[in-house]
Amino acid sequence: MSSKRIYKTEAGATVHGVMAEFANPGDLYHAAEIVRDAGVRDWDVYSPFPIHGIEEAMGLKANRLPLIVGVVGLTMACVGFGFQYYVRAVEYPIVHQGKPPDSWQVLVPVTFELGVLFTAFTCILGMFIFNRLPMWHHPLLKKERFLRTSDDRFIIAVEASDPKFVPQETREMLLKAGATRVELVEE
Amino acid sequence: MSVIRPDETTARELAGMQPVGPSARPLDPRTGDGTLTEDNTKRAPLVLGERDFHSVTETVCGYIEKGPGRWWLPAFIGAAQVAGLMPIMIIYLIITGVGVWGLNNQIDWAWDITNFVFWIGIGHAGTLISAILCLLKQKWRTSINRAAEAMTIFAVICAGTFPGIHVGRVWMSWMLFPIPNSNAIWSNFSSPLLWDVFAVSTYATVSALFWYMGMIPDFATLRDRAALRLLGDKDRAPRLPIVGVKVDQVRAMVYGLLSGGWRFSARHWQNYEKAYLMLAGVSTPLVLSVHSIVSFDFATSILPGWHTTIFPPYFVAGAIFGGFAMVLLLLIPSRELCPGMKDFITRRHLENMAKIILLTGMMVGFAYFMEFFIAAYSANKYEIDVFVYNRLMPPFASEWFGTHRFAPYWWAYWAMIFCNVVTPQVFWFKKLRQNIGVIFTVAAFVTVGMWFERFVIIVTSLHRAFLPGEWHMFFPTAVDILTFVGSCGTFLTLYLLFMRFLPQFAMSEIKAVMPQADPHYYGHRGGGQAHGHGDGQDHGPDHGGGGGGGGGGHAAGVKHDPAGPGSPTTGGAA
Repeated sequence: MSSKRIYKTEAGATVHGVMAEFANPGDLYHAAEIVRDAGVRDWDVYSPFPIHGIEEAMGLKANRLPLIVGVVGLTMACVGFGFQYYVRAVEYPIVHQGKPPDSWQVLVPVTFELGVLFTAFTCILGMFIFNRLPMWHHPLLKKERFLRTSDDRFIIAVEASDPKFVPQETREMLLKAGATRVELVEE
Repeated sequence: MSVIRPDETTARELAGMQPVGPSARPLDPRTGDGTLTEDNTKRAPLVLGERDFHSVTETVCGYIEKGPGRWWLPAFIGAAQVAGLMPIMIIYLIITGVGVWGLNNQIDWAWDITNFVFWIGIGHAGTLISAILCLLKQKWRTSINRAAEAMTIFAVICAGTFPGIHVGRVWMSWMLFPIPNSNAIWSNFSSPLLWDVFAVSTYATVSALFWYMGMIPDFATLRDRAALRLLGDKDRAPRLPIVGVKVDQVRAMVYGLLSGGWRFSARHWQNYEKAYLMLAGVSTPLVLSVHSIVSFDFATSILPGWHTTIFPPYFVAGAIFGGFAMVLLLLIPSRELCPGMKDFITRRHLENMAKIILLTGMMVGFAYFMEFFIAAYSANKYEIDVFVYNRLMPPFASEWFGTHRFAPYWWAYWAMIFCNVVTPQVFWFKKLRQNIGVIFTVAAFVTVGMWFERFVIIVTSLHRAFLPGEWHMFFPTAVDILTFVGSCGTFLTLYLLFMRFLPQFAMSEIKAVMPQADPHYYGHRGGGQAHGHGDGQDHGPDHGGGGGGGGGGHAAGVKHDPAGPGSPTTGGAA
């Protein structure tokens, strides 16, 4: 994350990066391809909705969230099954309704529900953790124009921590990529 | 700002010749609002009114920021009064005992479990819309999923109350859960009643998670709008009455907290969409399992009328059937009361839901028939009797057949058949299933019919079991009735609060299915060259259809940017 060069504005604030506005999802998509091909590492695209195919335009790789969710869900289903079996067959064996204490079939519904429950917990927790959320502060959230992303703006932000980041050059690259406006973002 | 190309209607609106809003647009007699087209070469639009992204945000957030309308407060007060009946009746029940209900030795489940199954079934449509239609990539779900999910949560809240209070000693309800206790007794894991505890609590939790996760980006939108207004005007902003804090400060705080600092990053969207899809993936078997397990409460017993293998699919189809009816009962009035919604919930949406009602209604009708067939085919005397002489036979027909035995609850059975099997058949006719009044009427009938279905299954099966000496009728008491009425009030109150304080539409999802959201909509223009214009200027899309994505072109008559898009900020300081 840490870059050796630290840029300061004239007012003395540390530069977080630059943000560029684009007119529409189409321009944003093409600009994302340009920034990707420039080999920038610390950057991101901001849009009010997920744009179809933007992962390819940005060169993002899939993460392991599905794997983690699957493993946790199955594990918790097994734990749930084991707990029920222990209670019914080992800890306090008792014949209910003529069903033998060690029958496994009767344990299926609760096992399934527990698997689903923990899969769902992992999905949402995993989403938060992979996204490093919740994080209620961010330099970009201080920018008035950035706040309009949640409505209808399309933005690419390149962070100063990127090895290739040079304020003037990055700005020109973004303008050349079709930005309607480029702004400096202070920490 | 972007150039919007006004169509004739918008031009008339701008010139003040026509009132603004979707209800002001003339309806085509053939295609309604333009979505009932039969042209197979093109899809019906999902969002009407030449809307751009900004006007979607304006409309949806407007219901929260300006309120849904003057009708809201009286409606809320009325609903809350009715909802108040529920805690009163429950407290009366707890301090007096279950004897305040009309239960007796033979009928030990009646309105309580009927209401439970009724409400839990209502919820299923919400999960179907949000999960199954999501997996099937049905884009039209985006404008109804939020409301349907909200309805699910509120229905499950109403449902969960009834098993909790029907246990008799309510203070022992915690024993439903497998918690170690001084008696060293565990819950009976082989009992469907315990499965039900797990199914319903999992369902409530997962539905709430799904709902919350869908709202995260919309909370962030509300947060940003409040923050922008705070940046804009300093002192004239409305304040809370007594504490004197600006309303927008509270909004920025609360919605900001709920949004978890969401900032619409593509890297976040990638994880978000994946997690959402997986959540939809697990919710799909979940929604099928929940009502299956509810049906096990009955199907695993040996009581004739309950002991059938068709129950799980029959219950699931019935749940979706009843749930869609409730979605329509809520959405049709709300789109009349908030006319802006008509651009999102189009006539096509209503027609689609009518088709689902017809389909699931046929499934339910098939199940009703199949129960009779199996009873006859099994040649089991008890099974045949429970269907013919507990449910089917009206007094006049028994005279006619000369049996002199009739089903005391025949009216409940035939009410169910009429509401659930007969009335949806009107949807075979295109004219009728496209008529909003007809859809609403059928939905009301179906909701009543689905309540009767559960009443028929539970009470008529119980009231005459094996030994005639045990036979009893069930008569509801005032407490029975008022508790149910109170639960309807609770449901409506919660829904009205949702309409007032939470985004009723998934804005980010609606925007994503609009044609302007597709990068290819703008054509390949050489990597967006030659767009280096000055402050806030951008191009409208090459094709027609409203202001383009970028510039936030305002829809006619909506102008709400607090700071103004052209506010001078020093651009490009780098």
